[in-house]
Parts: sequence; structure tokens; C-alpha cells
Amino acid sequence: MVDQSAVGRCFTPVTARVEPGRLRYFLNTLGEENLVYRNTDAARAAGFIGMPVPPTYLFCLEMMDVDDPFEMFTALGIDLARVLHGEQSFVYHAPVLVGDTLTFRPSLTSVTEKKGGAMTLIGIRCEVTNQDGVHVADTARTIVVRNEVAS
Amino acid sequence: MTAPGDIKAGDRLVHKVFPPITRHTLALYRGASGDHNPIHVDIDFAKAAGFPDVFAHGMLVMAYLGQALTDAVPPSRLRSFSTRFVAITQLGAKLTCEGTVTELFAEDGERRARLALTTRDERGEVKLEGRAVVAL
Repeated sequence: MVDQSAVGRCFTPVTARVEPGRLRYFLNTLGEENLVYRNTDAARAAGFIGMPVPPTYLFCLEMMDVDDPFEMFTALGIDLARVLHGEQSFVYHAPVLVGDTLTFRPSLTSVTEKKGGAMTLIGIRCEVTNQDGVHVADTARTIVVRNEVAS
Repeated sequence: MTAPGDIKAGDRLVHKVFPPITRHTLALYRGASGDHNPIHVDIDFAKAAGFPDVFAHGMLVMAYLGQALTDAVPPSRLRSFSTRFVAITQLGAKLTCEGTVTELFAEDGERRARLALTTRDERGEVKLEGRAVVAL
């Protein structure tokens, strides 16, 4: 079981490029038809200097370009089959545009036992910067681990 | 979007209904998102983990909510967006995303609105509860 000793642990930074083709696949999967994400002129009219990404796409970018997307679970001995997503947040500081190269720096910020040890909540925060060193966003997620409980 | 000056607490700004989630959606989203946890696409894996079937990625559901949000609010005005995944979203779920203004306030030199967001399935069961802050 993950304990407090994991708090403060940092994981391998991830560098991800916002590629137009992969983004289009994401938009098509979701039936996203908002032109601001698909057309440079519409994006400019909406105040962007390039095409922006949808609000949750940062989460995808962090997973897509990592060598081992489940590094943290492996490192902490967590079985993927026991993991659920509890909470997710994004704070946006500056636009993320197609063509940007982003760096994600994830770290583990909290470990909380719930329901007498039946669940462990793990908090992970991630600072996101772009190719110019601009701090574009902060993301945070809570992972729920369903622990094995003796019956 | 309603003219920013006219927005007040209690206004429902966000409302969008999405088509039912299919296995095909989950397979596509797996590739589109980079989330390769087999629990969302491999029924054998899902059953071994104690679930009756595969189920939707929480982030797929949040992506739908985000789409509903930026249909109503230009993405350049979005300052923060968060959700709590309240219940697992099953195959076939037909999701409705809604958002209501709860508060107007000033922060970082601009007028902002806080929105309370929900995603429910066709039976009215809440799947996601969220919040967003938007600049007016």
C-alpha cells in the first residue's frame, strides 16, 4: 500500500508537442465541431494567435508522449486494475496552441487513506510550461486505489 | 454566450446533450487520449478487475463537459476547470452537461463568474460534478 513516504516524490518530466493531426483525431472522437479548434481564422477571431486546444487536452498530452504512461503506478507498486480517477483540475495561465512543445513536471502531493484503508487517494500535481518557458497551466488529479481488503 | 454584462447568478449558461457512448467511442478515445488503461476497452480485463463490463474513461466524460463549456464560453475566457468523478459512466450512457452561474466576483483585475457544472446520464444519475471560473 502507498504510504506517506511517497509524498514529495517527483516523476520523469514529460515533453509533448501539440501535433495538429493527433488533435484532429481527438476532436473527431468527441464530435467537437467548434471552429475555434479547427480553423485558424476562427481561432484568431476568438483572440488566439494560433489554434488552441480543448480544456482537457493537457491531460492527454501528458500521457501520449511519455515513455511509460504508468510509471507512477509501477514505481509505487499499484495494480492498474485497482485504479480509478477521482478528481481532475486545470488552472489555465496562458494559451496552449497547436505547434507548442510543453513540458509536464508531475509530483506526488498527498496520500490519504479512506474507508478504513479500503481506498487510498493519491494526489498528483503537475506544472506545465511551454517552449518559451511560459508557465501555461497547472493540473491536479486524484487517483483512487481500491485496496485489497481481507474479508 | 449571453452578453457578459447581463450574466447573473442563477443563469444556466451551459447545456448540451451527447450521443450514447459506444464501445467504438471508447476505442477511439483510447487512441485519441493516450490513456491505454485496458479497463476501458478489454472486457476480460474489466471483469477480472471486478467490473461487469468496460466503462467510460472519466476524462472522456470530462472532455464532453469541456466541450459543452466552451460552446458557451470562449476558450480564451476559461480560467480554471475541475471535476469530481462521482460515479462510473456505463456503456450506452447518453450524457447531458449543464452549467449554472453561482457567483460573480473580481480577481486578478477582471470580472469573473464561477459556474457549477454537472454531467448526468439519461436516468438523471450524476456522473461528474465540476466547477469552472470564466472571465466576463
